Amino acid sequence: MRWVTANPGRRGSLLLGAAPLLVLALAYIIAAAARHADNPADKILPLPGAMASAMAGLLFEPDQLSGQYLFWADTIASLWRLGAGLGIATLSALLVGLALGALPPVRSTLGPLVTGIAVIPPVALLPILFIVFGLGETAKVALIVIGVAPFMIRDVAGHIGALPREQVVKALTLGANSWGVILRVALPQALPRLFEGLRLSLGPAWVFLISAEAIAADVGLGYRIFLVRRYLAMDVIIPYVAWIALLAVVMDLALSRGSRRLFGWAHLGAR
Amino acid sequence: MLSLRNVWVEYGDKVVLERISLEIAEKSFVSIIGPSGAGKSSLLRVILGQEQPTRGRITLDGGLLPTECGPDRGVVFQRYSVFPHLTVLGNTLLGLEFAASPLTARLFGSARRAAVAEAEAMLEQVGLADSRHLYPAQMSGGMQQRLAIAQALIKRPRILLLDEPFGALDPGIRGDMHALITRLWREHGLTIIMVTHDIKEAFGLGTRVLTLDKRRHDPHAPQRYGAGVVYDLELTRKQAEKQAAEAADEALGITIDTKVNN
Repeated sequence: MRWVTANPGRRGSLLLGAAPLLVLALAYIIAAAARHADNPADKILPLPGAMASAMAGLLFEPDQLSGQYLFWADTIASLWRLGAGLGIATLSALLVGLALGALPPVRSTLGPLVTGIAVIPPVALLPILFIVFGLGETAKVALIVIGVAPFMIRDVAGHIGALPREQVVKALTLGANSWGVILRVALPQALPRLFEGLRLSLGPAWVFLISAEAIAADVGLGYRIFLVRRYLAMDVIIPYVAWIALLAVVMDLALSRGSRRLFGWAHLGAR
Repeated sequence: MLSLRNVWVEYGDKVVLERISLEIAEKSFVSIIGPSGAGKSSLLRVILGQEQPTRGRITLDGGLLPTECGPDRGVVFQRYSVFPHLTVLGNTLLGLEFAASPLTARLFGSARRAAVAEAEAMLEQVGLADSRHLYPAQMSGGMQQRLAIAQALIKRPRILLLDEPFGALDPGIRGDMHALITRLWREHGLTIIMVTHDIKEAFGLGTRVLTLDKRRHDPHAPQRYGAGVVYDLELTRKQAEKQAAEAADEALGITIDTKVNN
């Protein structure tokens, strides 16, 4: 057996994949235990028990001030913002990207604008968004949209623009008009790419969400992390970060599974 | 049927084709051969409507050829002729769907069932009836080209254009495809223009072989002169065979000796 041809198999892959996670968890617990042996009141590396009890308060007890279950309120607020931002970005990527990719006159007209917007660091626009949209939900959703939509638009447009010219000619000889080419040739081939673009945009979208929440919010996962930072509350921050990671992984898996199920043809070569 | 009068194709300074004048008869099978860069594919693209000639006029059935690709001219390319996101049946149906509903480009209900029946009959003819639910990525190159032919033929084009359709296939498969295209050409009374690199294929299939090459060459400005038709061979024997076969078709039930002197 050579390393480059080794195939660990399904169970082997699972075990191998889990090993680094376990090692990391174990290393953390050893380090935390060592610190607690020196100083039982250590806050930097809380023990799992401390994290559990801190989280239990947020999970199961309503907040005295607002009467909300903070963890769930944070999760719902963040997911709503993320969903709205990614939804708008995806829709605009589909519409604009398709038009840009399939219609050369539209590409000439809007291409430079989209490129121009894409090169602006989105966080630099955050003050403008806060001034224009106020400190409410709109500004946060807008930041996510501005952050990820240009990438997705350019990705879809590039993919559609790179479809073999033969396909368009063939469709025309089959009696299609421009709309027919967009609807039956470009759109179906754009969708799997859109899913892929959305998957790759999840990471940046979370960055923009947490940034916006850190700066101005009164609820949300990012807001909570930056709030409890003031009290050095690692027992809340670490579980929150883990929860964000879990949500992101689930979304990523759901998108890749969904793409495989909906667009099986696009994954035939990669099996 | 198709007539080209003094057609020139130029890309800026570069002359690709010059003084092309051709009359292409109905139900003929024209093979176009010639060295690389002699403008074989350019000629095909001009007839297809994908490119415009810089000079000259092309008429189809007496009327000026539409300057856009349309359903009167079908095409099969060497690659990328079929849509990867549609099944074999979906690929074949597509032409019928475009024609039936310009807005949704889809068919429903009984219209769809009729179209599916038509598409399946066409797939039967190219030998893909059992593969109707496969995607192109699951098929061999030969099967994909069969599908591309079925997809084009379902529109009943006046002319079928083939751009090196069998160039990427294995020799054995190529032989099968030759038999298939000859059969379809006879059965459907097609007019076919085929560009190929393979001289044997050109003579084996065609009733007429055109050779494109540069008539003149200026070594200091190789782009100055374009290619023209240097040989135009009518393969009359095959014409005779074909007419005999047609006569046999018309005189159904009557025994006719279809064998020709050779």
